[in-house]
Amino acid sequence: MLSQQRQPVQNVFKYGFLIALCLVIMGPVVTAVLGSIRTNGEFMTTPFGLPRQGIQWQNYGDILGSRSFWNSLFNSIIITAGVTGLNIALGSMLAFVFSRISFRGRGLLFNILMIGLLFPLVVAILPIFIQVRQLNLINSMFGVILPLVAFGLPGSVIILRNFFISIPGELEDASYIDGCSTFGFFRHILMPMARPALLAVATLQVIASWNEYFLPLLVFTDPALWPLPLGIMQFQGQYGTDYARIMAYVTLLIIPAVVFYLFAEKYIVTGLTGGELKG
Amino acid sequence: MSISRFRVLSTPYEQAQTDRRRRQWDKALFVALFTLPGMSLFFLFVLIPIMQSAYFSLYDWNGFGPPTKFIEFDNYTRLLNHSIFQTALVNSFTLMILSLTIQLPLALSLALLVGRGKLHGKKFFRTVLFVPYVFSEVITAIIWRYVLSPNEGALLNALLGAVIPNFQPVGWLADRHTVIYVLFAVLTWKYFGFHMILYMAGLQGIPADLEDAARVDGGTEWQVLRFITLPLLGSTIRLTVFLSVLGSFQQFVLAWVLTNEGGPVNASQLIATYLYKFGITQLKLGYGSAVAVVFFAITLVFSLGYQRMIMRRDYAAN
Repeated sequence: MLSQQRQPVQNVFKYGFLIALCLVIMGPVVTAVLGSIRTNGEFMTTPFGLPRQGIQWQNYGDILGSRSFWNSLFNSIIITAGVTGLNIALGSMLAFVFSRISFRGRGLLFNILMIGLLFPLVVAILPIFIQVRQLNLINSMFGVILPLVAFGLPGSVIILRNFFISIPGELEDASYIDGCSTFGFFRHILMPMARPALLAVATLQVIASWNEYFLPLLVFTDPALWPLPLGIMQFQGQYGTDYARIMAYVTLLIIPAVVFYLFAEKYIVTGLTGGELKG
Repeated sequence: MSISRFRVLSTPYEQAQTDRRRRQWDKALFVALFTLPGMSLFFLFVLIPIMQSAYFSLYDWNGFGPPTKFIEFDNYTRLLNHSIFQTALVNSFTLMILSLTIQLPLALSLALLVGRGKLHGKKFFRTVLFVPYVFSEVITAIIWRYVLSPNEGALLNALLGAVIPNFQPVGWLADRHTVIYVLFAVLTWKYFGFHMILYMAGLQGIPADLEDAARVDGGTEWQVLRFITLPLLGSTIRLTVFLSVLGSFQQFVLAWVLTNEGGPVNASQLIATYLYKFGITQLKLGYGSAVAVVFFAITLVFSLGYQRMIMRRDYAAN
């Protein structure tokens, strides 16, 4: 009874707190988007406010008309597609072997791969840089794609292996009796069944490689190869205090990220929590 | 004897032998084909570089030609005596401690608020609170550089100016004593949603009946939380602590861009930004390798120690 009387007060507090927090999260983002369609002067005097001097599309026009923006977009797509595709292909092959085929040395090999979980990419950035130089991959897409795949593999293998283990052995036996080869079982039965897990791994890889800044910064000395995160930093350096224009660039990068997130939220969450939280 | 010499067909036993050998051969080939591409990439770009850096760290090497000038542990002594490296270490540890004491409890209480009990718009709140996770760190840093800029029209100063009379605009990133706390606030903005999602997943695994039973038995909400919910959430909490510590140590991009390369006057340098500024940009690869080795050592000691001592029971449970 007591708790029921307290409920309305508690609710006000609860929703108030949550709404305030949402404002803190969204406030900076909304001001950035609003700033991108106003003049720089408007933006610097009142952070929020509608565009009184008309919507300033030319903030966008300059970016969309520049070659370097489209170039960076293209580079980002190449890197993201390359990393995600290779990671899925190599990761699922490893996970298959580690979950369903027993052979001598399997445990050792798996443990070696798991060492990778102890070293995030940033911690090993200098050794990777030296290795990329030794392999003559400076200013090559492979110099960014291959290390990103290598560092993403341990995490992907864990997620996929857990999924592969959960598929009953009877299914495998039945497919062999029906004349399936091991590869046939992997390709035609396991992979289609693993779609949710594969999508979860893929979305995490897309986010990580799309946003990667440090490795391309070291590997690409040629600005023609720069992906979007480096592109926006260069743009910021060029335009300095023209915040409205910088916010237009920011908005161009935020909108696809948010749209992607709304579609892929379920898979992101599944990937991060190992499938425990249902979308 | 003479018969067997001329026998063409093999006995069933021999047939089975060759079949088995053949199948084993097939299996070995299959395993090799499936593991080699992934494992060789892993060796080439993860294990070998990490091991090499221990070797390079003993040389004075500027990256041109092979390392020849062997200087024993000089890089390490110089490094550990460099006051900016000490600042970087202290800053990284500060971020870690703040994450554990502020960011994680905040994420946990939000998960309890959003993930437990009746709440209208549960999905909406979860989506909004988690969204910064998908923004790149560069974008986050650029937005926040504007929010925190010393200009009186910038978001934070304008907001405070509207609330507080006679408010003087503050250069939020200009004070060397507070810059690390400002950096931490921005990191929290970006990452607490990630931990909240992990806690929500953990909470989903706890049957509501257990908590209800405790309430029926007269337990207060606090007691239910303290003695039922939190202990059952143990494995998730241990995991987030692990990720949070590793995460604080590997901060680079956000700090680098937000604080303009670790400023003011190197006051917000972290291990990774130090490595970049004093090792890589100056191509002091021997010295940088020593930084990397110290970096590995910290990560490795923590990871192994934590997994051995604290997360061990979580694996056993699985």
